[in-house]
Amino acid sequence: MKRLTGFFVFAALVISLPVLMPNNYFVTVVGVTIGLHIILAVSLNLFMGFAGQISLGHAAFFGMGAYTSAILTTHYGVNPWLAIVVALFLVAVVANVIARPILKLKGHYLAMATLGFGIIINIIMVQEVQFTGGPDGMSGVPPLSLFGWEIDSDLKWYVVIAVVMLFSVLVSLNIVESRAGRALKAVHGSEIAAQTMGVDTVKTKNQVFVLSALLTCFAGSLFAHQQAFVSPVSFNFFFSIELVTMVVLGGLGSTFGAVFGAIVITLLPELLVVFEDYEVLIFGAILMSIMIFLPQGLFVGIAQWLRNAVIKRSARAGQEA
Amino acid sequence: MFDQLLQFLITGITVGSTYALVGLGFAIIYNASDVVNFAQGEFVMVGAMSAVWYLGVGLPLPVVLVFSVLTTVVVGLALYKLAIEHARGASVVTTIIITIGAAIFLRGAALLVWGKDIYALPHFSSETPIRIGAATMLPQNIWVMVVTALVVYLVRHFFDKTLMGKAILGCACNRTAAHLVGINVPLMLLTSYGIAALLGAVAGLLIAPIAFTSYDAGIMLGLKGFSAAILGGMGSSMGAVAGGVLLGVLESLGAGYISSGYKDAMAFMIILLVLFFKPSGLFGRKSAERV
Repeated sequence: MKRLTGFFVFAALVISLPVLMPNNYFVTVVGVTIGLHIILAVSLNLFMGFAGQISLGHAAFFGMGAYTSAILTTHYGVNPWLAIVVALFLVAVVANVIARPILKLKGHYLAMATLGFGIIINIIMVQEVQFTGGPDGMSGVPPLSLFGWEIDSDLKWYVVIAVVMLFSVLVSLNIVESRAGRALKAVHGSEIAAQTMGVDTVKTKNQVFVLSALLTCFAGSLFAHQQAFVSPVSFNFFFSIELVTMVVLGGLGSTFGAVFGAIVITLLPELLVVFEDYEVLIFGAILMSIMIFLPQGLFVGIAQWLRNAVIKRSARAGQEA
Repeated sequence: MFDQLLQFLITGITVGSTYALVGLGFAIIYNASDVVNFAQGEFVMVGAMSAVWYLGVGLPLPVVLVFSVLTTVVVGLALYKLAIEHARGASVVTTIIITIGAAIFLRGAALLVWGKDIYALPHFSSETPIRIGAATMLPQNIWVMVVTALVVYLVRHFFDKTLMGKAILGCACNRTAAHLVGINVPLMLLTSYGIAALLGAVAGLLIAPIAFTSYDAGIMLGLKGFSAAILGGMGSSMGAVAGGVLLGVLESLGAGYISSGYKDAMAFMIILLVLFFKPSGLFGRKSAERV
């Protein structure tokens, strides 16, 4: 139970915010985007933080979820939930097919391959105008409804996204402590050492890649229905980098680090709205300085510093007593 | 039929020359410091954009070219001094993220200084097309090809014949050994960032009269340059040059015969195939990984 204390505190916070401030713009409007970004950052962290791999193309899976849902519901009148299932199935197939050749690569090569994959998917979104509406995107994606309960307000979306988000955080927290999580950590440390210890590294990496892609795809479908609009800009190379920034800012390998990174990176442009032109510059500066000065991430760094301070103080108290 | 092919080849070799220069920059930095510099494309942008700025101030073209190359070299040196040097011994993922951060930072800075407009540089000489059969070619195309060939030759000469070039190669081989024989390793690393920036700037200046430039022109060029380096085989500098020209030609043929909308996608498809089936590239040697 102690292991999940952090989760319960976080869940309580997520639930109490809209109850205390139901009309706050930052809670109900920005909160929905934050929730989506948390799902994305937590899933990317599974792949980058836990398995020690790198993906510069995760926006592609987000976009595949969003576009599959949008195309099936608007062009073919498919039930939104069925469309989500189809999207998940499609991404599962794609992720499984590319996992083997892509995950054989390491470092720069893996970065380049995921990046190339992301760009190709984005170009398809722009080019296949008859399905995707091209660069203008497509509007009129119908809202979701749950047993006749139409999800049509910011507050209702907050609830739905919060549930999915808490679920993905829980999944992520539990994976670390599981057998699979230990295998991931071993792969992260040294693949060859993990292999000699009997870990099936290929299978482990593939599984976490597919899981990460599926969570990301699900968030994409939700995004399409929530925005009622999709366009290629939301899924381009820069968004992939933004996701990496979230994970890195919080601290690679920490679930709550990813949560923290997603919150900060989503709130930053909202708060800096007066400095619109500086946004890109600030993103770049954050990425660089975190990696140079605090490679373990802001959240993890602060948490460690606090822990050390507490330990020092109690040690001193122990000496005096 | 043949004229059309010739036209595609001219376009392909011209664009490919830019990729070749950017790819060569990648290879030089990768060889010297084991860092893949994702900000390489930004050097191209800074070169071209600062040239536009110097022209606007009223300087004559030759002076503009020299000044903008120098400006870019300063940016390259600053990138090494301010970012890369502090992160010595960092993991591959860390250095990738640092250089991507640097690229985004430079792009943001360019956006602030020059705005979102698209600029063009004047052609270096006449703009009258030269006819070759039914195909045409601008004098600027010749400028691109000739200057690229010259620069590649000079870089090759630098690494083969000069003491400093050999010293940099020494660092690439074994940094500790290089240090032990008295080579100033940090200076050599700094120099290789300067050379890479210079190559990027030259590429930007050559292509800007034909392809225009804007604050975000660096991303695609950088990625294509990186692709060129991978296609040729990372670590082989002349491989990067060949990879660049080859990529340019394949892209141009693909755009002409298959679909122009999928031009960029084609380059990345080629790279994915190369990575999947021959990750060491066309001219690279297979090496065992140290554990």
